[in-house]
Amino acid sequence: MHSFHEFLTMGGYAAYVWPAYAVGLVIFVGSAWLSRRGLRKAMSRAARRAQEVGK
Amino acid sequence: MLKELLKRELLIAWRRPGEALTPVAFFLVTSMLFPLGLSPSAHLLRPLAPGIIWIVAFLAGMLGLQRLFRADYDDGTLEQLLLSPRPLTLIILVKAVGHWLVTGLPVVIGGGVVAAMLFVPPRYIVTVVAGLLLGTPVLTMLGTMVAALTVSLRQAAVLGPVLILPLVTPVLIFGAHSTTLAMQGQSPAQAFEALAAMFILSVSLLPAAAAVALRISHEG
Amino acid sequence: MFTWLHKLGSPPVLYRFAERAAPWCKWTAFALLAAGLVGGLILAPPDYQQGDGFRIIYIHVPSAIMSLFVFAYMAVASAVGLIWRLRMAHAVTAAAAPLGAAFTLLALITGSLWGKPMWGTFWVWDARLTSELILFFIYLGYMAVANAFPDQRTGDRAGAILALVGAIDVPIVHYSVQWWTTLHQGATLKLSGSNMPGSMLWPLLVMMVAFMFYFGWLLMIRLRAEILRREKRASWVMRLAAD
Repeated sequence: MHSFHEFLTMGGYAAYVWPAYAVGLVIFVGSAWLSRRGLRKAMSRAARRAQEVGK
Repeated sequence: MLKELLKRELLIAWRRPGEALTPVAFFLVTSMLFPLGLSPSAHLLRPLAPGIIWIVAFLAGMLGLQRLFRADYDDGTLEQLLLSPRPLTLIILVKAVGHWLVTGLPVVIGGGVVAAMLFVPPRYIVTVVAGLLLGTPVLTMLGTMVAALTVSLRQAAVLGPVLILPLVTPVLIFGAHSTTLAMQGQSPAQAFEALAAMFILSVSLLPAAAAVALRISHEG
Repeated sequence: MFTWLHKLGSPPVLYRFAERAAPWCKWTAFALLAAGLVGGLILAPPDYQQGDGFRIIYIHVPSAIMSLFVFAYMAVASAVGLIWRLRMAHAVTAAAAPLGAAFTLLALITGSLWGKPMWGTFWVWDARLTSELILFFIYLGYMAVANAFPDQRTGDRAGAILALVGAIDVPIVHYSVQWWTTLHQGATLKLSGSNMPGSMLWPLLVMMVAFMFYFGWLLMIRLRAEILRREKRASWVMRLAAD
């Protein structure tokens, strides 16, 4: 890479390269968020059940 | 005993002709919609004919799917089959053969008729029929496996086609392609080899898979 | 080694393993992603034919490879679950499926974005793209079947059958560029070596490993959730949740 400008414009291919990386970011972050949320939900449900059983 | 099972399957189909004839009737009627709805021009229909024939054949096959195991499941015959000393794989193979004779073979023959209707040149109608002859059993075997998987589900009618579609797409592609190649003057050999490979694989492996699937979904 | 694997068949043991493995996978993944992105976006020189457009490769190829790897992994886990009747093997399959589907979707989208400048079209029905799209539907089919049954065990095993039958698509996607004339180019990497110059190749290898660890991280998380859901009545879960 010879300049920041080259980096941004990707030698003219920016319209394809950056959206590709953006979609990658969305999918990576999205799957991480959904997976962790799933775990949180499963844990809170388990905690609730443990409480109810404890009564 | 297997011969009797086959005879029983065919007899049931004979006694309920409406149920048995629905797929082939659907096939013929729906194929006719294309010249009516798209255009009666031979110029337009001829190149599309292979694709149309295979798509409608596949859809017709989907119609007949539930017949495979649902009736037996409902009336308890399925349990008897599962308890039978004969290998379940063979039983399923026989049921699939019976199913194909009733729903698949008429489509193979009907395919020749439809091909003529869609202006496929007479010398290529053999190609169409040969392709369907190899491909419809694969459709039946895949349908058998998916029907075995979903027999206990209420939403099987919706889930079944969704599950089959990705598995059946290669058959569709090679089947249609074989005729297209022939009509373009090229050799359809490669496409037929692929169809033959799929035929061999599905007939040898899928009955066992369906047997396992049937036991699984029946226990559930 | 098999005793260790056998121990992993026990839900609490597997749960604890997943809990401890997750941070390792996560940080390794992040480090490798950083290195790979720097290498691929900045350090690697532009391609003499495709200019900077080729840089999509650093997302596209790893996600395509993962889409195949995860399904093969699911097929093996399904076989293990069916043959040895291990509930936890089915839990792994179920946890992996959405991740594999995500990688497949990413491969299809990035491939499409790469195809437009390179081939002039966003999509073409050639053998590789079509079979990869079919793989995506097979992933969705698995998720639909595994969740369609009221009884978890039945759903698991029905899904396992579908995963085993659908696995035939994996070699089809892989070898499609060899068996048919496709618009999609042939293999970039082979066991015998690669045509790419080193400066372009190393970020690709790093990204491939990075994606693998990222998958590992999220698999560990999803697996924990699966285990909690499936084993919710077990006393060890109650004890764990009470804390």
